[in-house]
Amino acid sequence: MLNSTAVQPNMYRYDEFDRKFVGERVEQFAYQVERRLKGELTEDQFKPLRLMNGLYLQLHAYMLRIAVPYGTLSSRQVRKLAHIARTYDKNFGHFTTRTNMQFNWIRLIDVPAIQRELASVEMHCIQTSGNCVRNTTADQFAGATDEEIEDPRPLAEIIRQWSSLHPEFVFLARKFKIAVGACKKDRAAMQWHDMAVQVVKNQEGRTGYLVMAGGGMGRTPYIAHVMKEFVEREDILAYLEAVLRVYNQDSRRDNIHKQRIKILINTIGPEEMRRRVEREFQELKKMGTLTLPKAELDRIAAYFAPPAFETGLPDTIPDAGPDFANWVKTNVNRHKAPGYAIATITLKTPGQVPGDATAEQMEAIADIMDEFSVGEVRVTHEQNLVLPHVRKKDLPAIHARLKALDFAAPNAGLITDIIACPGLDYCDLANARSIPIAQKIAKRFENLDRQHEIGELKIKISGCINACGHHHAGHIGILGVDKKGVEFYQLLLGGSGAEDSAIGTIMGPGFGEHEIADAVERVVGLYLKERKDGERFLDTYRRIGMEPFKNVAYQEQLYAAYTG
Amino acid sequence: MTAAMPAPTLQVLTANRLRDGAVLYRKGEGWVLTLAEADIYADKASADAALATATAELVRNLFVAPYLFEVRRQDDRVVPVKEREIIRAAGPTTYLYTGKQAGQFPPDPALEGPFQTSVTDA
Repeated sequence: MLNSTAVQPNMYRYDEFDRKFVGERVEQFAYQVERRLKGELTEDQFKPLRLMNGLYLQLHAYMLRIAVPYGTLSSRQVRKLAHIARTYDKNFGHFTTRTNMQFNWIRLIDVPAIQRELASVEMHCIQTSGNCVRNTTADQFAGATDEEIEDPRPLAEIIRQWSSLHPEFVFLARKFKIAVGACKKDRAAMQWHDMAVQVVKNQEGRTGYLVMAGGGMGRTPYIAHVMKEFVEREDILAYLEAVLRVYNQDSRRDNIHKQRIKILINTIGPEEMRRRVEREFQELKKMGTLTLPKAELDRIAAYFAPPAFETGLPDTIPDAGPDFANWVKTNVNRHKAPGYAIATITLKTPGQVPGDATAEQMEAIADIMDEFSVGEVRVTHEQNLVLPHVRKKDLPAIHARLKALDFAAPNAGLITDIIACPGLDYCDLANARSIPIAQKIAKRFENLDRQHEIGELKIKISGCINACGHHHAGHIGILGVDKKGVEFYQLLLGGSGAEDSAIGTIMGPGFGEHEIADAVERVVGLYLKERKDGERFLDTYRRIGMEPFKNVAYQEQLYAAYTG
Repeated sequence: MTAAMPAPTLQVLTANRLRDGAVLYRKGEGWVLTLAEADIYADKASADAALATATAELVRNLFVAPYLFEVRRQDDRVVPVKEREIIRAAGPTTYLYTGKQAGQFPPDPALEGPFQTSVTDA
């Protein structure tokens, strides 16, 4: 049931065109579902249609992926997700690394009804799957942090509108993911995207965009290359279109493993890619049809205007005991407005399934959003939630409410704040389970003093080479593999998804399901022994290299081999 | 001394039901919801024949994606060889209160007719 007192945050709201567009799309897909069920469409004909509407067939049922554009949700939308979880699924949903929401137990016959419900709160599943431009993600602190040049979400919304059912880019060679940010700190794994746009200022102090392309995980990981250091505001759509057009024209379509833009760029070289894009860009500029008018940018930006921050608030965080102090240490960040803070809700209390929330938890979070955070929450690519605008004086009350939900783990950025894909527990593509490994490691490192002693350490787990769990970008990455039907786990060290992005290196042969947590513990133990003052795990790894870690990780296997 | 005969490969035929995605197992000329009730094919010819029959039935639009997978006998039970099929047969290992392991069975496939009128009618 929708709460009539829901606070409407400052975010994009559908106009008449959007409502018609989404409504027509919902009815079109409802008709396609009906035709499929009646046998008027074969599965081969239906599959690309359902994928374009976020519907997969997984291990146990259909999975429906719902777009959360740039991770921003209103309390009304969160309540609707809770309602869908309760009515059509098994009472829970899963926040993904693309900042979307997935339901794992959906019936095909219910999908039209679900999509109509979503449309009623300005949500949809369009382009959450298939070979098209996927949901654009953004820095989860956008519009709240004092580190940014400007809120990057208006640009993300413009990209969403430009790329939704773009006639030229609906059937790309492969999927295409875009991220936006506006500060040096990278919270959106931007360099791992097919394309990323960062708001920057040039030497004259003018605001524009730096565009990167060619990043990606999967079978062949690459970090993105800078395509252009500075694109003028009005030219950004023309430049993005030029990148996509070159990709669409020149990428291979004969081999599924070589169809992403990262392969094209790293085959022809970034310099040649820049040349081709520039040529296309100049052509598009000459035509002038893709110039982004300032008035339009301003119109969209107005939706994201900062809320009316109260003035004269106390700019200190109250004292509310040691649990609260620990939570503040890791989960509360500086806000641009005096008296305000940004609070991260980690959906990672040790033992929990990373990114999962029940209908009741979602509803309780919606209440917290309305009461304390102008009705708004952000979904992060690390499968957490963020309350972007909370008064510092309210933090103890928020913490108490989260504690009651079991969502007050003081572990943002720590070893138990683990990313994990759904893995073999749900996913048709997976080779191994991810979630139980995340749960096991989180329980192993549950002791809070130990977590804080270890400091920032990002573990990311994928159940297959497609890397939905971002294992390439983990300080410690874990990749599940299948050996004759049995799960094994490879360790990778040294990856990063932040501004110091790096591709993790595979340590060696995989560990068994019952060995992997021990191996991680030995690796962490060596780090604690070897680290110098102020070093994160990643810094120590970069200083001493793989070999010492490898020696301790495999010590039991080496001992067993030596002793026979 | 003669070498021991290799154990025969045992196979089961599975698919997903079109209307709700439920995991199905072949039994006779129809489908059941539990692996324990499924037919087990002890030779390649009978397994391939069952798959061929099911593939021909795809035009009825009641199920999708039929395929064979290996099982073995363990005590009195039939157990899939691969983890993937163990999880498919039971449910997620993370929420033991969900899936077939928790007795959550969608309507019996034998009772399911072809699609009638309303797409929202369960």
